[in-house]
Amino acid sequence: MRKKILKRRKPNRSWGGDFGIYTFLGLFAAFMVIPMIYTINSAFKPMDEIFLYPPRFFVRNPTMDNFQDLLVLLGKSWVPFSRYLFNTVFITIAGTAGHIIIASMGAFVLSKYRFPGSMTFFRIVVTALMFNGYVTSIPNYLVIARLGWVDTVWAVVIPAFAAPMGLFLMKQYMDANIPDVLIEAAKVDGAKEWAVFTRIAMPLVKPAWLTLMIFSVQNLWNARGSTFIYSEQLKTLPYALGQIAAAGIARAGVAAAVSVVMMIVPVATFIIVQSNVMETMATSGIKD
Amino acid sequence: MSLQRYLARKREFRAYQWKMAKRSKACYLFLAPYGILFITFFVVPVITSLCLSFTYYNILEPPRFIGLQNYINLLLADDVFLIAVKNTFLLALITGPVGYISAFLFAWFINELPRYIRAIAIVMFYAPSLSANMYLMWAYLFSGDAYGLLNAILIELNVIQQPITWLTNPQYMMAVVIIVSLWSSLGAGFLALVAGLQGIDKSMYEAGLIDGIKNRWQELWFITLPNMKSMLMFSAVMSITSAFNVADVPMALTGFPSTDYATHTVVLHLIDYGSIRFEMGYASAVATLLFFTMILCNKLIQKLLRRVGT
Repeated sequence: MRKKILKRRKPNRSWGGDFGIYTFLGLFAAFMVIPMIYTINSAFKPMDEIFLYPPRFFVRNPTMDNFQDLLVLLGKSWVPFSRYLFNTVFITIAGTAGHIIIASMGAFVLSKYRFPGSMTFFRIVVTALMFNGYVTSIPNYLVIARLGWVDTVWAVVIPAFAAPMGLFLMKQYMDANIPDVLIEAAKVDGAKEWAVFTRIAMPLVKPAWLTLMIFSVQNLWNARGSTFIYSEQLKTLPYALGQIAAAGIARAGVAAAVSVVMMIVPVATFIIVQSNVMETMATSGIKD
Repeated sequence: MSLQRYLARKREFRAYQWKMAKRSKACYLFLAPYGILFITFFVVPVITSLCLSFTYYNILEPPRFIGLQNYINLLLADDVFLIAVKNTFLLALITGPVGYISAFLFAWFINELPRYIRAIAIVMFYAPSLSANMYLMWAYLFSGDAYGLLNAILIELNVIQQPITWLTNPQYMMAVVIIVSLWSSLGAGFLALVAGLQGIDKSMYEAGLIDGIKNRWQELWFITLPNMKSMLMFSAVMSITSAFNVADVPMALTGFPSTDYATHTVVLHLIDYGSIRFEMGYASAVATLLFFTMILCNKLIQKLLRRVGT
């Protein structure tokens, strides 16, 4: 019996150390999820519990009032709720699909072929991982304005196609997971580049495109787009919900309900494809 | 003579490259959609920003070239910018290294867990990044009146008699911003570290055991870290980026502009001039300085990481 337990444990591990690790992780995990737990609890609190003194962390008598209020408020607004939802769903799906296709095409040739300029291009993309939206926000607006995309959804969708993170992760994953011999063999059999890409490369890198999907959905689902979009019927869901939540202290419960609604999609997608994400991230290193 | 040979060789090389480029037409076609969009939305803006930083530009009038005036004003005449620089470096120096090291510790410890608990732990630690706007909730927890949860707890425990205005008192504002930034700092870099740890060949550890490695710390330094250098690099790039780009958190929690500019950062200064005062040239100068600082930091980190495991 004892031998079995010993065998199951990794070498070089002490029981005391394990105990320490579990405590440490437990404490910090609690710290990480405090705001989420608090939000979920607040979303189910009736009005009198939200303004209770002293404030309470957990809900006593959960109700759906806040969610009902949210629906009523959205029903009363000038543009129907479904329109905001449609805008955001459209931005998320179109942006993600375009990003996956375009980034994989680029990553495929960068990973599997040598041609003048390929290394330089990839190095620039890696540098671009460091950009934050704010740093280039001014010239970006000028570019979008020049293209005539101000106040259209394209101002949010098209730039998302070129997110550097996607190309980077895809290229690193292809480097590690598509054997060169396979491509050689396909070429010998007379397959053209496009066929090699769609029939051989893409099915092999399914975990990578699911990972690109996660990062893209995370990004676009929460995109407010307020810099570019001002027409009411084109506003995104986070934008519209933000307006409702910003209406002051009386909406504190509704604001919490809003946060819960917005949180569901990214968290659910992440949980579903988690193992694929981890597999892709295993190849994400930057070599110098 | 040797110069001639050099030029001839260069010409030859160029001709060879041109031939190669012509032969890989299909490659360029594949890369074209991404390449064009990337250049339009990432490369062109950076170059534009660099050029605009030498001009006075208010969007209404065409840009006017003023040389280094923006940079001179920034560094010599703009007190608020210097406060912003000080705050940004303070934030970066704390949230950068602490965030990076704790991301690694979490990843390392999570990797020791049994498989199913591990999956749950990853979701819990990554949750702040998944729910992008959840940092707003800290405003309720740190609220300055007695209804704020932290104040209520401290009053209940008799630590304080009156509520502390966490978000408007310059004494506490920075600490709050640092805590919340650290809380939200586990992003793609953290996932890369967890994945990197899982990818290390198990037989390496057995070999290490035979070679006389005694505890998990030795195992970490001699086997684990050297085997995931590239993940460490990726994660470092992510950490530096987020450490220098703190803007959303202070803007939402401590207001914009904040009391006494106590949590004013470089990016907030950029937003101030770019989208409120419409001094685009000046804002571009801020962006350019920030950009080069970040590249410099990355080079530095690269140098440091090369020495891991030696």
